[in-house]
Amino acid sequence: MHGGDEVVAAPSRPPEPLDWKFSQVFGERTAGEEVQEVDIISAIEFDKTGDHLATGDRGGRVVLFERTDAKDHGVSRRDLEIMDYPISRHPEFRYKTEFQSHEPEFDYLKSLEIEEKINKIRWCQTANSALFLLSTNDKTIKFWKVQEKKVKKISDMNLDPSKAVGSGSVASSSSSSSPKPCLVNGSSFDGSYNNLSNNFFPPGGLPSLRLPAVVTSQETNLVARCRRVYGHAHDYHINSISNNSDGETFISADDLRINLWNLEISSQSFNIVDVKPADMEDLTEVITSAEFHPTHCNMLAYSSSKGSIRLIDLRQSALCDSHTKLFEEPEAPGSRSFFTEIIASISDVKFSKEGRYILSRDYMTLKLWDINMDSGPVATFQVHEYLRPKLCDLYENDSIFDKFECCLSGDGFRVATGSYSNIFRVFGCAPGSTESTTLEASKNPMRRQVQTPTRPSRPLSSITRVVRRGSDTPGVDANGNAFDFTTKLLHLAWHPTENLIACAAANSLYMYYA
Amino acid sequence: MAMIDEPLYPIAVLIDELKNEDIQLRLNSIRRLSTIARALGEERTRKELIPFLGENNDDDDEVLLAMAEELGVFIPYVGGVEHANVLLPPLETLCTVEETCVRDKAVESLCRIGAQMREQDLVEYFIPLVKRLAAGEWFTARVSSCGLFQIAYPSAPEALKTELRAIYSQLCQDDMPMVRRSAATNLGKFAATVEAPHLKVDIMSMFDDLTQDDQDSVRLLAVEGCAALGKLLEPQDCVAHILPVIVNFSQDKSWRVRYMVANQLYELCEAVGPEPTRSDLVPAYVRLLRDNEAEVRIAAAGKVTKFCRILNPELAIQHILPCVKELSTDSSQHVRSALASVIMGMAPVLGKDPTIEQLLPIFLSLLKDEFPDVRLNIISKLDQVNQVIGIDLLSQSLLPAIVELAEDRHWRVRLAIIEYIPLLASQLGVAFFDDKLGALCMQWLKDKVYSIRDAAANNVKRLAEEFGPDWAMQHIVPQVLDMINNPHYLYRMTILHAISLLAPVMGSDITCSKLLPVVINASKDRVPNIKFNVAKVLQSVIPIVDQSVVEKTIRPCLVELTEDPDVDVRFFATQALESSNQVMMC
Repeated sequence: MHGGDEVVAAPSRPPEPLDWKFSQVFGERTAGEEVQEVDIISAIEFDKTGDHLATGDRGGRVVLFERTDAKDHGVSRRDLEIMDYPISRHPEFRYKTEFQSHEPEFDYLKSLEIEEKINKIRWCQTANSALFLLSTNDKTIKFWKVQEKKVKKISDMNLDPSKAVGSGSVASSSSSSSPKPCLVNGSSFDGSYNNLSNNFFPPGGLPSLRLPAVVTSQETNLVARCRRVYGHAHDYHINSISNNSDGETFISADDLRINLWNLEISSQSFNIVDVKPADMEDLTEVITSAEFHPTHCNMLAYSSSKGSIRLIDLRQSALCDSHTKLFEEPEAPGSRSFFTEIIASISDVKFSKEGRYILSRDYMTLKLWDINMDSGPVATFQVHEYLRPKLCDLYENDSIFDKFECCLSGDGFRVATGSYSNIFRVFGCAPGSTESTTLEASKNPMRRQVQTPTRPSRPLSSITRVVRRGSDTPGVDANGNAFDFTTKLLHLAWHPTENLIACAAANSLYMYYA
Repeated sequence: MAMIDEPLYPIAVLIDELKNEDIQLRLNSIRRLSTIARALGEERTRKELIPFLGENNDDDDEVLLAMAEELGVFIPYVGGVEHANVLLPPLETLCTVEETCVRDKAVESLCRIGAQMREQDLVEYFIPLVKRLAAGEWFTARVSSCGLFQIAYPSAPEALKTELRAIYSQLCQDDMPMVRRSAATNLGKFAATVEAPHLKVDIMSMFDDLTQDDQDSVRLLAVEGCAALGKLLEPQDCVAHILPVIVNFSQDKSWRVRYMVANQLYELCEAVGPEPTRSDLVPAYVRLLRDNEAEVRIAAAGKVTKFCRILNPELAIQHILPCVKELSTDSSQHVRSALASVIMGMAPVLGKDPTIEQLLPIFLSLLKDEFPDVRLNIISKLDQVNQVIGIDLLSQSLLPAIVELAEDRHWRVRLAIIEYIPLLASQLGVAFFDDKLGALCMQWLKDKVYSIRDAAANNVKRLAEEFGPDWAMQHIVPQVLDMINNPHYLYRMTILHAISLLAPVMGSDITCSKLLPVVINASKDRVPNIKFNVAKVLQSVIPIVDQSVVEKTIRPCLVELTEDPDVDVRFFATQALESSNQVMMC
C-alpha cells in the first residue's frame, strides 16, 4: 500500500487555515427570482487535471466549464505590465458548452417514470482534444464525447451546390434518360459506375473533376455526441458510478447491486456485489454509494445505509459478496435513539487522491478512515451539531434523508462538505490541524462566518489522532436566523490540485479559492 | 461552377459528397474512394486526394473508420508500391484518434501497406512514423504504435533495431495502462520478428515487466502472450523462462488471471514438452481445477478433454480424473455444466476399460443432475461415448433423463432435447426408440408452446429421414394423422405443417395414398386458418405428386377454396393454383 506519505508525512506543524475568497458564480439568481426545478444542480465533478468542470442538473443537462487562467497564453508579458495589476493566480473557469444528456422516460413494464435528473458525472481519460465523460440518471448511464470541431466552409464543388441536394436528384434533373433516377445516394448510380467500367477512366484521370476546396476557419464548434448507452442493468436507482484506474472499466451501483462494465461494451455488465436478500422482507441495509480505489484496480469501497463502509477485493472472487474489510464505528452505549439508524446512513464516500484514506459523510458528521485501520475513523468532524435537537423536525419534513456529498483536497490536508442555509464547511485533517471554517455559498462567503473563539484546548484524544471539532458552533447562525432547510448545499467538489471548491446552491454554481 | 460532361455527373456528385452534410452520403463517397481515385488518376490521387483526406481527420468516427479501411487497399490507386508512402500520413493521423475501432483499423491498414512497401521506403518513411507514434503526447498514438513494430522491425538496420527494441521496452512501462495493454497484446507478434539472442534477453525482460504489472488487465494479456512466446523459444528456454511465469500466474491473486491461465494452459504443454508438463503443468492445472473461484473452475473444466489429449492416459487417470470426479458434484451448476459439455470427449482419450470403470459413474451422475443444462450437455455429446463403450451401458439411465427433460417445465429445455432426438435415435437404434421415445415425439406435437410444436414437426421429418419411409409408415404417420381430429385448431395446424414436411421424405405414393386425403379433408375445416394452410400445404405437395393427382384431386380442392368467404383463404388458394399452372407449363 503506497500513498502513506499523504498525511503521515505532513510537516510537523499543521498547515495554516485557509483564507477563502469568492471567485466566481455561474447562474446566480437575481433577488426574488424563482428557481426552476429543472435548473437545480444535482452533480458536480472536476476532471483529473482540474482543467474542466462538469455539472449536471435535474433537467438532465450537463454543463461543462473550462479553466481559463492556465490556458491564456495569448496575453504577452508586456501587455500585463501595461495593465499594471496583479495577475490573478487562482483558477478561473468559463462556460464551455452544455448538452442534454438524459430525457424523461417511462418504463412501460413497471409503469414508472424515469426522471432525467443527473445523479452522477464521472470524467474518463482524455484523448486528443476530445473530452469523455459518463453521466447517469436513475437507470441509464451514458458515455459522452465532447469534441471541438473546426468550422469548415466548402467551396468549389463540381456541381452547383444549389442543385446538388442529393446524388439522385442531380442525376434526375440532368439526364431524363436515366432509367432509375431518383434513388438518393448510391444505388441509382451503381449501374452508371459499372457502365463506366474500369477502362472508362483515362490513365491520367479526368482533369475536369476537382475535389471540394475546404476553407478551415479559426472558429470552432463544440459537439457532444453520445457514444454509448449502458442501460437495462439496474432494477433500482443508480446512486454512483466510478471509473477504474485501468482506464477500461467502471462500476455502477444501485440500492442493492454493483455492476462492472467495460467502457467499450454497453451490451453486458457483470454483477459483482448483490446484497438483495432472498426475501425483500429481510431487507435491512442498502448500498448508498460506491467508489473505485484511485490506483489499485482491484479495490473498491461501498457504503451502506447502516453506516458501514466495505472494502472489497475484485481479485478474490467474481462475486464479491464478502468484504475484505469493514469500517464501522461501534455505537456509543446509551446514545441510541429513534434517529440513530437514520442519521448513521452514509450518503457519500470518497477516496483520497493516493487511496490511503476514505472520507465518508453521514447526516451529522464527516469521518476520515485509514484503510489500514478498521477499528474506527481517524478523525470525525461534526458538520452541524446544532441540528441535533431538531432531528424531529428534520425527520418530519424529510430533510433527514438529504444526501450530502463530501470531498477531499488534492493534498489530502482538508475535507469539505455541505449543510443547510447554503453553507458548507471545511475542516483541516492534517495531524494537529484545528482548521474549521464555515462558508456560505454567496458572493460574500464569510457573511455568516462564526467568529471562532480562541482555540479551545484540544482533547487528549488527539494522541490517537482522533479529533472532534465543530461542535463549538452555536445552534443558530451568527445573524440569529433560523436555519433554512430548503436551501441545502448537497453537491460540492474540490479541485484536484488547487485550493478551489465548486459548490452548488440550487441552480447556482459558486467557486471559492484560497 | 465547373461544367461537367454528362457521363461524369455521377462521379462528380460522388466527389462533392465527400463533404456533404449528411453522414450517409459522406460514408458512401468514402466507400467508393477507389472510384474517385481512378477518376482523378494516380498523380492527382497522390497530390490532391490523399492530402485532402489527411485534413479530413475530424469527421465522424464512422467516416474515419471507413477511410482507414479503404486506405489499406489503396496502393494500386496511387501508382503502385513505389508510391505507397504517400498513404502513411493520413493513416498516421487516424492512429491518434480517440475511437478504438478507428485506430485499430488504421493500424491494420498500415500493417497491410507496410508489408508491401520496399525496404528502403520502410526505413525512410515507415520506421520514423512508428517512432513518432511511440513518442506521441497522447496515449492513443502510443497504443497504436505497439501494433506496428512487427512490420517496422525486420527491415530496420542494426542500430535502428536496437532503438526499436528500446522503444518497445519503454512502451511496456508506459504510465498509461492502455499502452501497456497494447504492448502486452502485440508482444507475441513483435517477438516473432526479433532475432533469437535478443528474444532471450530483451523480449523476455519486457515480458517479465508485463507479468509483474500492478494492473490485472495487463497481466491478463501477458498470460495470452505466454503461449505465443513459448512457441518461439527453444524448449529448454521455454522451460527456463516461460514455465515459472505460468506456474506463478496459475497462483496469481487475481482470479481473472488464473481464469486466463486455465483457458490457455493446454497450449503451453506442447511448447514445453512432456517432462515439464508432467512435473509442473499438471500440478498447476490440478490446482486450477480445484480453484476456490467458480469462474476459474468453469474455464478449467471446459478444457479438461483438450488437456487430457495432450497427456498420456496414465497421467490423465492418475491426476486429472480424481478432479473430474470432484467437479461432477461441484456446488456450482455452471462448473458441472462446463464439465458435462466436454467430459464425453474423454472417453476416446482414456480407452474402453477406464471409461467403463471411471467415467461411466460420472456420466450417470451427471445425467441425474438437477440442472437441465448439465443433462443436456451430456446427451448432446453421446456419440463420442458410443464409439468407445457402446450405448447399452448408458441406456438405462439415459431414458429417465430424456423423459424428464422432455417434460421439463421450461420450454427452452424441451426445445433443446428435441433437437437432439434424431442424434439419440441414430445412436440408440430403432428398437430402443420404438419402445421408449416414440410416444414422446407425438406428445411434443401437442405441446402448449408453438416453438415446441414447430420443432416437433421438424423432428418427425428428421426421424423419417433417419429410419426410412417404411418405418415411418408404421411408427409415425398413423399417429400423426390421427391427431388431425384434435378439437383445437392450432394442433390441427401443427399436423398440417408436419404433413408438408413429411411429404417429400415419404415420396409420392404414400403422399397420395395417406397424406393427401387427410389434407383434402381438412379443406372442409370450419376454421379459415386451417383452410388457408391447406392451400399452402397443397402448393408444397404439387411438385412431389403425379400430374394426374394434381388434376384430379388438388386442383378441384383449390378451386373450391378460391370461392371461400374468407379473403385469406382465397388469396392462398389462388396463389397455389397459379403455382400449379406454372408446374403444368413446364
